[in-house]
Amino acid sequence: MSDRTSPFARDTTLHGDCDRRDAAWYIDKGVEWLLFLGGISAILFIIGIFAFITHEGMGFITTRFDAGEFFTTQYWTPSDEYDPEYGILAMLAGTASVTGLAMLTAIPFSLGAAIYIGEFAGERAREALKILVELLAAIPSVVWGFIGLSVMNPLLIALFDIPVGLNIVNAGILLGLMATPIMTSIAEDALKAVPDRYREAAEAMGATRWQVIYKVVLPAARNGLLGAVLLGVGRAFGETMVVLMATGHAINIPDSPFDAVRALTATIAAELGETTAGSDHWGALFTIGILLFVITFLINLSADLIVRGIRGK
Amino acid sequence: MERFATTPLNRRNRRIQALLRGLFLLMTLLLILPVALILATLIVKGGPALTFDLLFSDPRLGMTAGGILPALLGTVWLVSLAMLAAAPLGVAAAIYLNEYAGDGWLTRLINLAIINLAGVPSIVHALFGVGAFVLFFGLGASILAASLTLAVMSLPVIIVTTREALAAVPMSYREACWTLGATRWQTIRRVVLPNAVPGILTGVILELSRSAGETAPIMFTGAAFFLPLLPQDVFDQTMALSLHLFVISTQVPGVPEPLPYAVALVLIGLVLMMNALSIGFRLWLRGSRRW
Repeated sequence: MSDRTSPFARDTTLHGDCDRRDAAWYIDKGVEWLLFLGGISAILFIIGIFAFITHEGMGFITTRFDAGEFFTTQYWTPSDEYDPEYGILAMLAGTASVTGLAMLTAIPFSLGAAIYIGEFAGERAREALKILVELLAAIPSVVWGFIGLSVMNPLLIALFDIPVGLNIVNAGILLGLMATPIMTSIAEDALKAVPDRYREAAEAMGATRWQVIYKVVLPAARNGLLGAVLLGVGRAFGETMVVLMATGHAINIPDSPFDAVRALTATIAAELGETTAGSDHWGALFTIGILLFVITFLINLSADLIVRGIRGK
Repeated sequence: MERFATTPLNRRNRRIQALLRGLFLLMTLLLILPVALILATLIVKGGPALTFDLLFSDPRLGMTAGGILPALLGTVWLVSLAMLAAAPLGVAAAIYLNEYAGDGWLTRLINLAIINLAGVPSIVHALFGVGAFVLFFGLGASILAASLTLAVMSLPVIIVTTREALAAVPMSYREACWTLGATRWQTIRRVVLPNAVPGILTGVILELSRSAGETAPIMFTGAAFFLPLLPQDVFDQTMALSLHLFVISTQVPGVPEPLPYAVALVLIGLVLMMNALSIGFRLWLRGSRRW
């Protein structure tokens, strides 16, 4: 917004000793401080989240943690009494494969929807379609997970003649659908941010609407679209209930899209309730939490930098 | 275009355009289809089980029969308390950002924090809730701890929507008020906020509906699988609709088939109703805006 200098600045210079420090002035200052505290609350919470999950994970990290074992082995047997192993490689592969498949479905669909809504649809159709696509985002994740169990599971078994339908394909498609609304909405914003004179110039040269989109609008909106994809990746990566319910939750490095896998987020959700606070297992789950926090932080940070990059120009 | 003779190239380009336009429309419609299919499935399979008894009685026989009243009430408790905590803080943050903050490094940092807070996975919020509210502040697994966890999760969305509502109030309103000698806070309270309240409410209702569907953040912070008694105060645990759906569809054997569908239908109905309220509010607002 525009100029925000105090409305009193002029007052005092004009009237010399016009000191208006009455009750209203002090209330104004007090409220400003309170609001400032509210303003920085988001920063405090981000720091707080990192501090508290690190605090809980520290016991494990300083004693039992071994980066080599943690990241490069696939044996996760934390409840083994004699020789518990903490390798998350299989879960990394599980999360990556499900997120990857989700993006494979979400990227073309959200891009296609964004192009139709932003470039082809008329004013009324645009508003209606936007609301309808947003509806996908309104469905709670546990309901998506339930759909994975009760609808997708038998459907996949019937379609592909496999014994169990809880696998990468099941969770990947659901996650793709879940990530689509935010990706469509950010991608459409990116298309909208391309100035109309670009389109007008191209149309004046005789280009069809599609040629304008393909040759002018999409290249100009490239960064915003990349930001949309990254945000979608962040969403799919951090989703918990769907991957808990629809992947089959089996520790396994997949070699087919119909394999059951287990995701990082789902492991925390499934096991935190069974561990005692302060144990190695407990600490290992919080260490996975730290990893999730750091990765989503980096994804969101780069998405923001990329999107801001186009705004800056 | 028709004034000029069309060449084969022109025709080809237009065919490509028509084809792609149809393809993109199809893709958009394919995104809408799942919602319709999901709703239809839930209504067909869960509709018959959606009775008065389901909504207003306790679960019986190890949750394989009876109703969902404690879960329904628990969800209402959780989201109400969460919004009670998140709305004032979120609105304060939005007022600071829109009315006071300049364009400096601190504002950039706050914006970055908001974006990242919105992107933190829900299970990490749950870990934070356990580490901070349940253990560190000693609230135990309780309604209060779960609500506060939900509140932290809701904060970024409330800040962003409130900020948009505040930014939509024209600058001239503020300037007119300042000219009359009002302080900045008087201007905000008497002029900016009254004009922004409908927009703020729209955002809060939308976030209310979203947090009603959340499961992971409340799993370990205060929502329980099954409780024989209704919670007495905010330090008790509670059942919740979203967790109840998870439990009866994955953890409890012998649940009759229509029951989880009916619970899913109630949950999604609750969420969609609040969504519709919010969208209706937004449309009405757009129609009645005075500037």
